[in-house]
Amino acid sequence: MTFPPDFWQDLWLTVRLAFISTLLLLVIGIPVAQWLVRGKGRIPLIAEAMLTLPIVLPPTVIGFYLLAIFAPHTLPGALWARVFGQPLAFSFPGLVVGSVIYSLPFAIQPFRAGLAGVSRELIDVARISGASPLDTFWHVTLPLARNGIAAGAVLSFAHTLGEFGVVLMLGGSIPGKTKVVSITLYDEVQKMNYSSAHACSAILLVLAFILIFTVTLLQRRCPAE
Amino acid sequence: MRLWSPFLLLLMLAQPARSGEITVAAAADLTFCMPQIDAAFQKANPGAVVKVSFGSSGNFFSQIRSGAPFDVFLSADSQYPHDLAKDGLADTPITYAEGRLVLWTMDAGLELSHGLSALRDPAIKHIAIANPDHAPYGRAAKAALEHEHLWDELKPKFVFGENIAQTAQFVQTGNAGAGLVAMSLVVAQPPERAGHFYEIPGDAYPPLEQAAALTGVGRGKPFARAYLEFLKSNTARQILRQFGFHEPAPLTQTGTP
Repeated sequence: MTFPPDFWQDLWLTVRLAFISTLLLLVIGIPVAQWLVRGKGRIPLIAEAMLTLPIVLPPTVIGFYLLAIFAPHTLPGALWARVFGQPLAFSFPGLVVGSVIYSLPFAIQPFRAGLAGVSRELIDVARISGASPLDTFWHVTLPLARNGIAAGAVLSFAHTLGEFGVVLMLGGSIPGKTKVVSITLYDEVQKMNYSSAHACSAILLVLAFILIFTVTLLQRRCPAE
Repeated sequence: MRLWSPFLLLLMLAQPARSGEITVAAAADLTFCMPQIDAAFQKANPGAVVKVSFGSSGNFFSQIRSGAPFDVFLSADSQYPHDLAKDGLADTPITYAEGRLVLWTMDAGLELSHGLSALRDPAIKHIAIANPDHAPYGRAAKAALEHEHLWDELKPKFVFGENIAQTAQFVQTGNAGAGLVAMSLVVAQPPERAGHFYEIPGDAYPPLEQAAALTGVGRGKPFARAYLEFLKSNTARQILRQFGFHEPAPLTQTGTP
């Protein structure tokens, strides 16, 4: 098995992208999921449908919109360039934005299931005993929802490792900056270096299996024990 | 309702194979001129229906080797069709055009008249080129930049398109400040999106001889044969010229390069 040149650099970049995207998804996803669970009326329903869209949306749609909206001559593009010192396309932060959007439902759905499984009575007990809503959420709800949250985090991580379409459209295949392993694999196939393509695929396959196995384990343990 | 579903499934699975239909795999630099070529071909050959797929030549090469059902392959280079012919997967290729490489930008303030050295401008953060590892225009771009001793200096600015059409899209959306792309993609742009360009002198890169071949799948189809003949006709040549291609060298029946 021969690895393509700079394979370990590409793999490290991929892992970094997945890790940062997962952290952001935890920060954004948990409050949003809690709001979806507790919120009343039609707005949370519409929001949930919108947040679930990336499951069915072709990644190329996300890539295209990001390229168009954040092109340097547009207002969002100019603002982005001012904050990050470089345009969104062909940059690592740009890939992070793409990945977060792309993996959003894979984080929020398990978060939501975990949070919804927390018994209402336990929360009421904590509130009656004098705990503030934030304290209750932090010390009662979150620990009880931990399996769902962990499943969502691992799933987001795994999903970002497998990302291809968004990166192909936004990335520009820059070694060390935007060339993730799925792109390396694609380039190696195009170069007809099938043995290094096999090496990339095998690593991705093993990683994906370990991660999905972890999710399965987490989901077996009942969310509301 | 339940009675209907098997029929519905059959209906969706069935692909009506029209007798006059041929499938063409075309390199991405032909994106804009193919509709005209196909229309002219269909007019000259009543009953023929041309279906085109666009992509990178390297990708089509692998796909045809794996048995993809393309009848005709129009590559952006001559190596891929010749390699297919060598393996018996295609007939002897013909050279139908010669591609031209241009430096293209949407930035009206960028002075291109001195050629590639314009890319040194610090305002140009990203330079789009096709991936030189597998795209013919990428190889040409790399050769031209090396010819000017700019390859190593500009390396940190490069972004790589998967094929030449994606490379052009990077430039056109302004996400890359400039790029080295196919003239055929630039001259086809509407004026408000045309930007401006500079043609790279032909001696700076090996000629982009583009060859086409009838694949093993297409051998039995008269319209597929006719399509290859049509590429040699004056009508096809004229359309290709309009889209910025050069005429191929006089001999159309090329040997192995």
